[in-house]
Amino acid sequence: MPSVIFYIFAAMMLVGGLMVVFMRNPVSSALSMVLSFLGLAGIFIGLNAYFVGILQILVYAGAIMVLFIFIIMLLDVKDEESHPRKGIALTAGVLIPVVLLIQLAGVLVTDEKSPSAPALSLNVAAEDYQQDSVIYKKLSSGSLPDIHLIGRKLFTEYNFPLQVIAVLLLVATVGCVALSRKSVAQNNRDKDSDIPDQG
Amino acid sequence: MDPEILFLILTTAVKIIVFTFVFTLPIIAYSTYAERRVSSIIQDRVGPNRVGIPLTLFGAKKDIPFSGLLQPLADGLKAFLKEDLVPAHVRKFFFWIAPALTAAPAFLCICIIPFGSSITVFDQPVKLVIADIDAGPLFIFAIASLSVYGITFAGWASNNKYSFLGGVRSCAQMISYEISLGLSLIPILMVFGQLNLSDIVQSQANNGWTLLPLWNEHGSVFNAAYWQNCTEQWLLMIPLGISFIVFTTSIFAETNRMPFDLPECETELVGGYHTEYSSMKFALFFLGEYAAMIVGSAVIVTLFFGGWSLGFGLDTAISSMAFGGLLHILIFLTKVIAFVIFFIWVRWTVPRFRYDQLMKLGWVVFFELALVNIFITAGIIMLLN
Repeated sequence: MPSVIFYIFAAMMLVGGLMVVFMRNPVSSALSMVLSFLGLAGIFIGLNAYFVGILQILVYAGAIMVLFIFIIMLLDVKDEESHPRKGIALTAGVLIPVVLLIQLAGVLVTDEKSPSAPALSLNVAAEDYQQDSVIYKKLSSGSLPDIHLIGRKLFTEYNFPLQVIAVLLLVATVGCVALSRKSVAQNNRDKDSDIPDQG
Repeated sequence: MDPEILFLILTTAVKIIVFTFVFTLPIIAYSTYAERRVSSIIQDRVGPNRVGIPLTLFGAKKDIPFSGLLQPLADGLKAFLKEDLVPAHVRKFFFWIAPALTAAPAFLCICIIPFGSSITVFDQPVKLVIADIDAGPLFIFAIASLSVYGITFAGWASNNKYSFLGGVRSCAQMISYEISLGLSLIPILMVFGQLNLSDIVQSQANNGWTLLPLWNEHGSVFNAAYWQNCTEQWLLMIPLGISFIVFTTSIFAETNRMPFDLPECETELVGGYHTEYSSMKFALFFLGEYAAMIVGSAVIVTLFFGGWSLGFGLDTAISSMAFGGLLHILIFLTKVIAFVIFFIWVRWTVPRFRYDQLMKLGWVVFFELALVNIFITAGIIMLLN
């Protein structure tokens, strides 16, 4: 990855991250977080991980942050702007990143000692797959079919965890619908009265 | 610098400029004109048929009217010259950034759409797509999901209850229809086993368009061999037809076009999210809407109607011609323009949905339909293999 592009996206990510913390307006903070996610997606794409980068935008910037902003706007949160910063929050805000930083440094130190995976050229890596598969064709033509590879890994080696996560998500969705539904009795009352319920 | 990288950068720059400024922007400009002319045909009016070369300004007796073909230019000039009014009660930063956030994502999507097959420049084949990435449809969804921000911020920053209602509506509507949009595409991906749009178009050129399988590698409808080998294609038409209907309708909702233009719904919300906008900022919203419509048509054409391919096995002949790639571009643009006219036609034919009907259609009908459709496709594919 050309280093110039890496630094542009890294700077975008860091500036976005800092702005999340320092902006007083919640909507500005949320938008800065989107900026940070976009920078992160740029770095992923620069590392040839198109799928991960695009998912970063699709899921985080495009879905989760939209809902955040939706809620912030609907509730019209203004308290944050007037409150002075509290001591405890500041201390925690400094302490937790420091702990994470130490952890990260630890990982980076051990990384140099651990053995790295053998560098395979794409043509050699293609030998592991069936001759008529898309992965084989793409790898032997010199491009990296990252989506096909991730899909293959997920649905063969990690099939069971994937199914478990899917069921878990389904449970969460059903639970959410069940919780947000009005009770049957209340529904009937709404239907009976001609005037909409003001309470 | 390495000559190969320099060549790549140069061709990419040329492609970006040509595809955006020579193809897409004029189509946007003239689709606003087409919108007004087609609507006037549908409503039995004349429409804007006057703006031509204003020779009277230079002392001549008569203008040359050109049946109004210069109207888009005049509109653009008007938008630039109008006073840019920023009301005092708006949130300035978000008010300024919102129009750009609406227009930019629509233009970004152009970069993965294959406009043509490929041409040979200095003995090197150049694919007529700006970024030939392996995640085409996902990239479109990712970028399209960002276009929610522009409209939502416009509504919120305007500090106006009509704008705010428009913004909230668009946010809810786009999130709802993104789901059926994504799910309706899965049958296509299952049939092609590909996410690269160029490869999808190439396989449609060889094996018949997704929704018009009139030929395959055994020949076209005129050959007997075709009729012995076409069962699979025609059976798959059932789920693919359903996903075409769901996908197209969801694109209508995503681009906030009639019959789903609830965010700007004039009869209820004045102008919706762009009530407070004027001059070029308003024009940017307009531009974004039409750009989204054109990108939507281009994606539909690419996925369902063979992209740049002419079909009937004629594409290899066209590709082997000297500038056959350019002919493919023409075929592609013709299809896109046909679809844009379809969009316009629907807008002036179908009345607007009520908001609860829109939500019900998205969540109760299309979501389930798209989900069931995936299983139908899987069943048919399993049956045939």
